[in-house]
Amino acid sequence: MGSRTLRGAVAVAGAGESTYYKRGRSPDPEFVMCCESILNACTDAGLDPREIDGFSAYADERSDPTRLAAALGVNGLRYSNMVFGGGGAMGSAAVANAAMAIATGMAETVVVYRSLAQGQFRRFGAGAQTPTISGPAALTAPYGLTSAAQQFALRVMRLFHERGVSPSTQKALALASYHHAQQNPRAVMYGRPLGPDDYDNSRWIAEPFHLFDCCMENDGAAAIVIVSAERAKDLRHAARPCYLLGAAAGNGFREGTTVHNAEPYASAGFTTLVPRLYEMAGVAPSDVDVVQGYVNFTGGVVMGLVEHGLCTYDDVNEACTFENLISPTGRMPFNTSGGNLAECYVHGLELQLEGVRQVWGESCNQVPDAKVSLVFSGPMVAPTSDCIYGSEETL
Amino acid sequence: MTAATGQFLLPDGLPRPVPSPDGLDAPYWEGTLAHELRVQRCGPCGAWQWGPEWICHRCHSRDRAFEAVSPTGVVYSWTRVWHPAHPAVTHAVPYIVLVVELPQADGVRVVGNLMPGADGPLAEDAVIPIGAPATAVFEDHPASESLAAPAFTLVHWRL
Repeated sequence: MGSRTLRGAVAVAGAGESTYYKRGRSPDPEFVMCCESILNACTDAGLDPREIDGFSAYADERSDPTRLAAALGVNGLRYSNMVFGGGGAMGSAAVANAAMAIATGMAETVVVYRSLAQGQFRRFGAGAQTPTISGPAALTAPYGLTSAAQQFALRVMRLFHERGVSPSTQKALALASYHHAQQNPRAVMYGRPLGPDDYDNSRWIAEPFHLFDCCMENDGAAAIVIVSAERAKDLRHAARPCYLLGAAAGNGFREGTTVHNAEPYASAGFTTLVPRLYEMAGVAPSDVDVVQGYVNFTGGVVMGLVEHGLCTYDDVNEACTFENLISPTGRMPFNTSGGNLAECYVHGLELQLEGVRQVWGESCNQVPDAKVSLVFSGPMVAPTSDCIYGSEETL
Repeated sequence: MTAATGQFLLPDGLPRPVPSPDGLDAPYWEGTLAHELRVQRCGPCGAWQWGPEWICHRCHSRDRAFEAVSPTGVVYSWTRVWHPAHPAVTHAVPYIVLVVELPQADGVRVVGNLMPGADGPLAEDAVIPIGAPATAVFEDHPASESLAAPAFTLVHWRL
């Protein structure tokens, strides 16, 4: 890869979020939540918000960078970017785009952000509601295949058939997410534990997904501030900086084909990204200390864990257990802040914050001495993205 | 096979399919009205592809022929939907959605609903056998004057 790498070029200077709410409970408009998260991230970084000169977004973000720049009184805007791709799958790509802007001299202080108040705008979980429909969705919606849960259930049912994956893996991911949220006062599900019987007794949404296999719908905003590795040495987290080691985005040959013709079908979509990710990061799957994965639906995360080499389809049923997924004792600590299931569904940007906090040593469920921290964004979506953060020792 | 007139597997009110204004998928919808299952096959190179696109992914020809194939397939995946995400199906759950593979068209896949078998409705915990052969059932829907939307035909499946 030579010099054409982002490895170690940038560091995360600060992380911040709005208060997280159940859908429809935020007293503040989405844009205000966005400003709050950015200001909190700047406070955490120890830098003046007026120094922000770039914004990096994804998922059809509504909080416009020019409006944000005006509202925050930034001294000048040099870079504003939003990446194509649906849902939360390009969250890690937005981090990579911020890093690229800094590494190439296009900007100095770039905010990666997501604001999402589903109570004020449309619910992602509701799907198509129009009286008529054209295009690829016309080949699915008239059959009552209108929501994301239904669409992805088909992929996971195929996974279980092809690979012998046990539904117990889905349950373990849900229980671990809720377990971690009980130590996280920011989490929407803080104080609302989920036990094995609660999971088993929960209603079906679309088989093989129970209610607790599906992400929440929330009001929330989150942001991280990215600067050059040199500049990070003068900011608040200088004692234990968190560097971006690598990132990848995209999809393989015709993985974006419509009407359930993607191939491979029982896939999270990371198979072509993962070799690039680990090559740039200069680490191996066995080096990963902690993993944050985007739970749109639990079954996709099972695929994601395998595709990132953290286990195999031969041992996933033994590897993906509650005991193995929890911090600090598990071998594969997963979604240590609660993630999309139990902290807040901010289209996965909350996962970036948690992945970074693990490297800083500031997680509410800290993995002892975490050095290599993996984040993968929305599985079973094309394109998708992933990234790896690392401590000073990993450079 | 044709479903009994006026009896739809899922209630009216789900989004009605309308051929794309650009004409891309019109031959598919014309085919279903004629109770034919058509998918795209490149004229020059013979590559099958689905969903429809303006050019062939293999040879980039714009000869986007639609070929009628035998209305039979193999169950590739399925889900039983319990939560009525759309209000039209509030009283129609659970229902089963299938992904059906068409081996006669290089394995391209289509989506439809599973029709009740000859023995009546399936048990609510029935496991749908992936790999089982399935036969298309064409379900004709009349035009809607209020929506100014044309007649259309859905393609369901029976095991």
